[in-house]
Amino acid sequence: MSETFTKSMARNIFYGGSVFFFLLLLALTFDTESALPELDNRQNLTEQVAAGKRVWEHNNCVGCHTLLGEGAYFAPELGNVYQRFGNSTDAIKGFIMSRPKDGIPGRRSMPQFNLSDEELEAVAQFLKYASEINTQNWPPNIQG
Amino acid sequence: MTYQSQSVAKPYFIAAIGLFVGQILFGVILGLQYVMGDFLFPEIPFNVARMVHTNLLIVWLLFGFMGAAYYLIPEESETELFSPMLALLMFWIFLVAGALTILGYLLVPYATLAELTMNDLLPTMGREFLEQPTITKVGIVIVALSFLFNIGMTMLKGRKTAVSLVLFIGLVGLAVFFLFSFYNPENLVRDKYYWWFVVHLWVEGVWELIMGAILAFVLIKTTGVDREVIEKWLYVIIAMSLITGLIGTGHHFYWIGTPEYWQWWGSIFSAMEPIPFFMMTIFAFNMVNRRRRNHPNQAAVLWALGTAVMAFLGAGVWGFLHTLSPVNYYTHGTQITAAHGHMAFYGAYVMIVLTMISYAMPMLNGRKEANSNKSQVTEMWAFWLMTISMVFITLFLTGAGVLQTWMQRYTDTPMSFMEVQDKVEIFYWLREGAGIFFLIGLLVYVASFFVGKDEAEATARE
Repeated sequence: MSETFTKSMARNIFYGGSVFFFLLLLALTFDTESALPELDNRQNLTEQVAAGKRVWEHNNCVGCHTLLGEGAYFAPELGNVYQRFGNSTDAIKGFIMSRPKDGIPGRRSMPQFNLSDEELEAVAQFLKYASEINTQNWPPNIQG
Repeated sequence: MTYQSQSVAKPYFIAAIGLFVGQILFGVILGLQYVMGDFLFPEIPFNVARMVHTNLLIVWLLFGFMGAAYYLIPEESETELFSPMLALLMFWIFLVAGALTILGYLLVPYATLAELTMNDLLPTMGREFLEQPTITKVGIVIVALSFLFNIGMTMLKGRKTAVSLVLFIGLVGLAVFFLFSFYNPENLVRDKYYWWFVVHLWVEGVWELIMGAILAFVLIKTTGVDREVIEKWLYVIIAMSLITGLIGTGHHFYWIGTPEYWQWWGSIFSAMEPIPFFMMTIFAFNMVNRRRRNHPNQAAVLWALGTAVMAFLGAGVWGFLHTLSPVNYYTHGTQITAAHGHMAFYGAYVMIVLTMISYAMPMLNGRKEANSNKSQVTEMWAFWLMTISMVFITLFLTGAGVLQTWMQRYTDTPMSFMEVQDKVEIFYWLREGAGIFFLIGLLVYVASFFVGKDEAEATARE
């Protein structure tokens, strides 16, 4: 780089640029927060859904699955599992309950988590709530 | 080694390498579970192995960054470390806390671990990469603060350089953004939004400052190029990192319930994120070409050039591949993401830590400047084995990802997730093979610390 462009100029670009774009990120965050009530399905965020999120977290579901595309890529996307299972929380509960304790020979299998009825209902309601978030039409189709 | 207290870096580096070996062993297990679904089931299910794999990576990189800082800061500041005792104490606290956490993952079901550590008091667990019990997270904060205090005090009493300042800003950013890991709202969209304030603002933000500073330090030392020139480059590179990377966070906000405008902000700014990485490549090669001396530690120079190239490929090119929102609509959360993640982490952060270890370890072991020729040759074998293996891991995962995107997302007759997984199985087998070569490369790397130990130090070529 030429001699007319000095180190202190470079330093000022770093400080100025970083501060400016950090403030821009904060401004966009502020705007996002004000837009979220229209998008994030908070009207259906019941206590049961919140408990379901805890069940989701305490069993590390994101260690195999994706949820809205984020997580691990070992097992199916669950952001739209409610629709994929025919708009049925019972189908979701049935699937979780039916997992064999010792797995399936040679195949990937979800562990048997021995959830209580209350936990099952909560996590199913959580997945229903997640499926009704406005995700700009993602995923592209029902397969997730 | 100019300052006695720099020696506290050594246990940090040794721990880093030890945990790196553990990380790769679990990587090989995970790769096998992709093709033999019941491998180690139900003793070590995939989610547990993955948690160990990713958490070990984060912890050993943090060990590496801290070791690098403990070596670099006294030398840049031209003074002894403020408190070597505190640094050693924090080493043991971090190591024990890390080991207990990993054992917790492996020995009890995750739900039990959440219960034992009273996650309900302040729920932070069960989110990708932030799976650590809340108490561990508190421990990380304590270690980070003590560490920042220690190197901050060292800098205050000594010479201030751009390299040490940039490293410090990066490390402060690391600690500050980690605090978002304690924020876990019930609202899933907001949870996801602020989760990225840890994950994205680390790896596509402040960690780039850490990487740039370490790279600049090693280049100053090994090329003898004027500090003014190198520091000017450093500032330009990190300016570009944050100018593009801060708003680039938006490329994670396309499909998680956030407003549509993020598709514009995210696409445009993240498309520019490769620029600082490209500059890093130009920078490293330029400085080595303009070198005023031939440094006897050629292995360290190889790592420095390697990290610049591989970070550009992994973070820059493979990131760009799926960052534009119309592309990401189809690739989001597929093996494309996994491919990018592997090469980016290896190229940028694994290799920068190994660059620093390669440069510093000879001195920490009592050498004047470099290891013996034999030792360096072994290390360079490890470099090529690991790097080429990672290129193949990335290519195979990309192959799997392209097919997955097509069959599951793009065609008119999309197939289910598991059907597609069966169809792309061959790529997972190939990836596992490449993973085993990576493990071999890593074992060669470990061996390079013992091979040629008793031989005379290498001398610089004229």
